[in-house]
Amino acid sequence: MTARYVVRFGSLGYLAVILIAPVVLIFWRAFDQGLGTFWDAISNPDAVHALKLTLEVALVAVPLNTIFGVLCGIAIVRHRIPGMGFVNAVVDLPMALSPVVVGLSLYLLYANDGWFGSWLNEHGFRILFAYPGILLATLFVSLPFVVREVVPVLREIGTEQEEAAATLGAGAFTIFRRITLPAIQWAVVYGVVLTMARALGEFGAVAIVSGGLAGRTQTMTQYVQSAYENGANETAAYAASVVLATIAILTLVAMTFIGRRED
Amino acid sequence: MAITARSITKRFGDFLALDDVSIDVESGSLTALLGPSGSGKSTLLRVIAGLEVADAGDVFISGKEATALAPQKRGVGFVFQHYAPFKHMTVWENVAFGLTIRHRPKDEIRGRVDELLALVQLGGLGKRYPAQLSGGQRQRMALARALAPEPEVLLLDEPFGALDARVRVELRQWLLRLHDEMHVTTIFVTHDQEEALELSDSIVVMNRGRVEQVAPPRQLYDEPANEFVMSFVGPVNKLDDAWVRPHDVELRHDPNGTTREAQVERIVRLGFETRIELVRDDGERLYAQLTRNEAEELEIERGDIVYVRARKEKTFG
Repeated sequence: MTARYVVRFGSLGYLAVILIAPVVLIFWRAFDQGLGTFWDAISNPDAVHALKLTLEVALVAVPLNTIFGVLCGIAIVRHRIPGMGFVNAVVDLPMALSPVVVGLSLYLLYANDGWFGSWLNEHGFRILFAYPGILLATLFVSLPFVVREVVPVLREIGTEQEEAAATLGAGAFTIFRRITLPAIQWAVVYGVVLTMARALGEFGAVAIVSGGLAGRTQTMTQYVQSAYENGANETAAYAASVVLATIAILTLVAMTFIGRRED
Repeated sequence: MAITARSITKRFGDFLALDDVSIDVESGSLTALLGPSGSGKSTLLRVIAGLEVADAGDVFISGKEATALAPQKRGVGFVFQHYAPFKHMTVWENVAFGLTIRHRPKDEIRGRVDELLALVQLGGLGKRYPAQLSGGQRQRMALARALAPEPEVLLLDEPFGALDARVRVELRQWLLRLHDEMHVTTIFVTHDQEEALELSDSIVVMNRGRVEQVAPPRQLYDEPANEFVMSFVGPVNKLDDAWVRPHDVELRHDPNGTTREAQVERIVRLGFETRIELVRDDGERLYAQLTRNEAEELEIERGDIVYVRARKEKTFG
């Protein structure tokens, strides 16, 4: 009996201190000077621009990584291509690598004297301190999620349904659309939700390549950091954090909902 | 011939799954591929369906060269051991799949699917999902789905392997009736010799990637080509170099010169059949199959000494 209570209250207490208290604190600080102040803080042009930029990046990065993730998952599981084991391992790199290192390597590649940067610069393409750089960093860090969700499900469903569809006369695309995709759809949705959360919340890699100019190349997470750093605008920092936290909580709710559907 | 496979060889890495295998399957027949696991029977079926590509050899379906054809173009219906139902589709949608992807008119699809569901006795269950069906029902759904596009040949991979004994016997009877009605050339894979003997017009016995014998059931039982077929098809005792079917073991109370002494170790009564397990004086074990009446007339009990003789035995050179 005692052991059970220790486990139960121990784990809940840990959750409360480590996870819940900080999030509650953010909400409390954002709203403690009234709704009006909160609204002013998040409707200021820099905050709006930061949110817009973050969403613009996510709305390109998420579909790209979703399409790549599904194709890559199918290639890893269904095709015995030499080197696929290597690809399978490399996909996990963004999980293992610190985002700061990712940002730094992108900086070295695309800086004016970098490997790609000098050529791109001569031809008038600007990567660093602009939208493309932020997008590249976000693509990198949010790459593994769809692949990681899709691969085990593809393994589990096996090839029999696809083979059955083939003997019934279905071509490769019909099999993908009518059999494979419906079978992995919840894994894809789950992967998309995780990719989205990562894309919106990315800070370290983006911080290095974006330049963080308010109203121009500043993302939501950077806005939070700069508002807080300046000290003068703590409410703005908390308000922006609330927006990010709300997105995260909605993501969690969506995931729980999807989990239920799957059962 | 509806199906001809000629000199098929297939390797998986170092494993030789099919070693120069040739078979001919007559149009309208029901043929069994019988063998132990790993004998290559399922691989041969998959090569015929186009689900595996042979390393060497040719496949002809209805007289047409099919060796290089994709499974989609072969006109075969395939039923998998674990049914491979499309889990996200209803029973009705599963059966209709082969027709909807061909964009057949809606009325035609509806008519054909309803007809097939009635044929496989799933008439009222069209709206259910495969997860809501029993194993036997799922298997019948898979069969209806395979039959929907009117295949020229029907290939069944261990169709009853995953079902419990009673359902299996029912489904066998049902498959036999279905085949009598439809006359579609059918090959089924099985490791169950009883199933092969009961259902098929012709049995192909396979072992270690090779064909051991092709014959109708009765001939296979009475005139096995070699020791493997003898021991794999039907029950058998091995005594020294000779093979004796248990129903060819004669038991007597007294020796008659050609008999050997044996002790009754166990008597098993299986309804109509009585099985008498014996140990010969030289320690060899064998068993005799008697009808219940024969066994009662003999009046033997466990521990008795009897004298045994083979009415009929077979030796292979």
